[in-house]
Amino acid sequence: MPCRRHRGKRRWPVADQNTAPYVGRAMRRVEDPRLVKGIGTYVDDLRLPGLLHAVILRSPHAHARIVRIDTAAAKSIPGVVAVLTGKDVNAACGLVPCAAAIPDLKAPKHTVLAGDRVYFVGHAVAVAVASDPYIARDAIDAIDVDYDPLPAVTDAEAALKPGAPLTHPDIPSNIAYTHNVAGGADIDDAFKKADRIVKHRIYHQRLTPMPIEPRGIVASYHQGEQSLTLWSSTQIPHLIRTLLPGMIGVPENKMRIVAPEVGGGFGAKLNVYPEEALVAHLAMRLNAPVKWIETRRESASATIHGRDQVGEYEVAVKNDGTILGLKARTVADLGSYLQLLTPAIPTLTGLVLTGCYKIPAVKIEIIGVYTNKMATDAYRGAGRPEATYLIERLMDIVANELGVDRLEIRLKHFPQPSEFPFATSCGLVYDSGNYQGALAKARELADWDKLLAERTAARAAGRLFGIGVSTYVEICAMGPSKAMPAGGWEWGCVRLEISGKVTVITGISPHGQGQETTFAQIVADRFGLPIEDIVVLHGDTSVAHYGRDTYGSRGTAVGGSAIVLCIDKIVAKAKVLAAHLLETTSDHVVYEKGKFRSPGVTNREIGWAELAGEAYVAKNLPPNFEPGLEASSFFEPENFTFPFGTHIVAAEVDRGTGEVKIKKYVAVDDCGPQINPLIVEGQLQGGIAHSIGQVLFEQTVYDDSGQLLTGEFMDYAMPRAVDIPEYVLGHTVTPSPVNPLGIKGCGEAGTIGATPAIANAVFDALAPLGIKQLDLPLTPQRVWQAISQSTTASV
Amino acid sequence: MPIPVRVRVNTTQREHAIDPRVLLVHYLRDHCNLTGTHVGCETGICGACTVLVDGKAVKSCTMFAVQADGSDVTTIEGLASNGHLHPLQQGFWDCHALQCGFCTPGMIMASAHLLAENAKPSRDEIAMGLRGNLCRCTGYSHIVDAVSQASGQKAVARG
Repeated sequence: MPCRRHRGKRRWPVADQNTAPYVGRAMRRVEDPRLVKGIGTYVDDLRLPGLLHAVILRSPHAHARIVRIDTAAAKSIPGVVAVLTGKDVNAACGLVPCAAAIPDLKAPKHTVLAGDRVYFVGHAVAVAVASDPYIARDAIDAIDVDYDPLPAVTDAEAALKPGAPLTHPDIPSNIAYTHNVAGGADIDDAFKKADRIVKHRIYHQRLTPMPIEPRGIVASYHQGEQSLTLWSSTQIPHLIRTLLPGMIGVPENKMRIVAPEVGGGFGAKLNVYPEEALVAHLAMRLNAPVKWIETRRESASATIHGRDQVGEYEVAVKNDGTILGLKARTVADLGSYLQLLTPAIPTLTGLVLTGCYKIPAVKIEIIGVYTNKMATDAYRGAGRPEATYLIERLMDIVANELGVDRLEIRLKHFPQPSEFPFATSCGLVYDSGNYQGALAKARELADWDKLLAERTAARAAGRLFGIGVSTYVEICAMGPSKAMPAGGWEWGCVRLEISGKVTVITGISPHGQGQETTFAQIVADRFGLPIEDIVVLHGDTSVAHYGRDTYGSRGTAVGGSAIVLCIDKIVAKAKVLAAHLLETTSDHVVYEKGKFRSPGVTNREIGWAELAGEAYVAKNLPPNFEPGLEASSFFEPENFTFPFGTHIVAAEVDRGTGEVKIKKYVAVDDCGPQINPLIVEGQLQGGIAHSIGQVLFEQTVYDDSGQLLTGEFMDYAMPRAVDIPEYVLGHTVTPSPVNPLGIKGCGEAGTIGATPAIANAVFDALAPLGIKQLDLPLTPQRVWQAISQSTTASV
Repeated sequence: MPIPVRVRVNTTQREHAIDPRVLLVHYLRDHCNLTGTHVGCETGICGACTVLVDGKAVKSCTMFAVQADGSDVTTIEGLASNGHLHPLQQGFWDCHALQCGFCTPGMIMASAHLLAENAKPSRDEIAMGLRGNLCRCTGYSHIVDAVSQASGQKAVARG
């Protein structure tokens, strides 16, 4: 039975699973039957003979010297196999890698367990291994650690002040790096010509990605082969295989990394963590398989956080609303250590700071700062939500100050569709776009003029009703190798089996994005085969030999393109074999929908099953024809892709409680052609929910002493089903010229486009009270306080 | 000291000697080898471990296995019958109500309880009924669609 949605209107039926063409159809996912039955295998579901369980003891202090660790009592508990500290394991586990190349970066040495100091609450201090996880927990409770607490610094701006406590004794002023970007016209000239300078300060709160499955690792060392198998709940099995050898000394070609079912990532699992080296080392050291499963408290304190940037911005404007230039100074809180991409994330903010606007001159200074907190890194959107939030807030603030219409000021600065590829002042070249088209469609779907009338009526009745808009562009399909730390290509392999079935292997590592389905749709159509004949494999480096994994909305755009290249190679090879069997030459063979024909030569047609049989039995092959029908390819994108769109939100604030209610949500997103609209819709809705969380509920909070106050789901408020509005989703389709599928990507759009749209709606609602600025999240308490203060002031 | 526990799990009568401190979720996963019930927080917030105990939705991380002695427990593995998906499983599949799938078993079990209490819930009632379960992937809309479909309702309008 097809499901129905959107106020009872059926937008499209779920496709009949047996009918081609598959691309472009809302198909149910092939992944789902095992998942809805509860028989998918996540890391914690692995059962190995003789499995030992590791539990990690973590620091309760934000900054302290470790005076003494006594493990004797823990070791004496029956069932405990080992209790180890940094002194025991750090030499064998190497340093946790950071892959970001930032000039003059000052990086602390990041060992897998703490040395003589701890630098954040959650810093791993010791590990206990036992036959049973309950006993391993008993063991860490029995470890006695003497800490000598040191002053902590938990605010990035405070960390820059003279005399602030140092996070690392050898890194002066807590500064990891300063990064300057200047582009376009002369910035000083732009500011001289301005009629007005609009200034604003924006704090992007710290957020925690919080996939519902915590991280988990199982390692097994094979003494005979001296090889290691490591299962990890990760987005990046291939990058781990590239980087873990440098830590634990097992060579890459004796290391197999498996990402089985992975229960969500959102960037949290786009990392090489200390625990991956630690658990691998334990398996080698103890000659037994070892499992470590993160608790939620560990996930909140020792898995990466996101955002935490504070910025001061100045916009040079003419009185008619023309923007001449933008100056920004961003202080980014990196936490105490560099994880895989930590210092690179704020620089992404600088890359897309001008959003989808022609802003002639730009200057940005980014300062990365160490504090006694967990590292920040890539959380869904990674740098682009920060940039989009501030440029979209600035557009509204400028429009309001000048009395210019919010849509008009945006339209005025859009490049025309004919101007693509469009070079921005930040140094990027946007691939393709029609920003006017997306805005017009969103305006129509939202019934903009009716919304304005509704706002007028609401305000007349004393209600706080507001409308917000955001027009965004993002950087996706990461990416060209020249712009990525470790290559931005993707690898794929397609094999016609002797039976005529097809095996597809991809180097991306989906963990909810559904490429077992979308890639099968692409392959089934191009081979003219039923989708049931296609199997897509991923997430195991012994099967998918090479890959750059899943992040940055790259899976289908880059990974899918590698699969297309493979198909093209196989079809070209198959034509040679078909010509031989049809007794003609390959230039007389036509391939269409799974059949090879030679019109005018013979009426005979050959399908894949027959060709595959001939290719592998290999008794009747053309001269010099290599047996088999298999191809692998590396696809190197020439540029990023730049999806874009317009989100329009109507929201009402309750005067009495400060509670924000989203009344209408319209999003028009352009991610290029869609392979499976049902999956695209899921990606967008999920991303928007993250934004609802960021604007209304979520914030990772450390107190002044560095204690983490949001260490459980109890304290970290994520949206629930009751917090979600009804969505109206629309699309425009502007193909990207940088990959053969024309796909731009859709994994992060919701998180990037929605945050400013929702916030702008709330600020519009509060405008009659003169409230122009509040930090996110706009919790009832914060909004209510602002309302009370403004009402008091106006009395 | 382990003590005997008799629980009927998905129509199979089981008997184990269990440490009193073992949580029901760990009993199901590690002693019954039913790993479809997931652990997301161990604090009763996320709902990934939701199972039915005597027909009522229970977060199995908030209950000791010994407390289930004499009970009838249904897990996600016990929902399909004769090889056919339960209407909720079918609804979740049809409506793309899952992405990573980790919260899904708990979400489906909580929905089963919801539909047992209210056979034709409105969209708002479904959202209220699932407020004890967190999903970080889907944004919930498709989940509400799925439960609505499973309840046999056609077009369900909200607001």
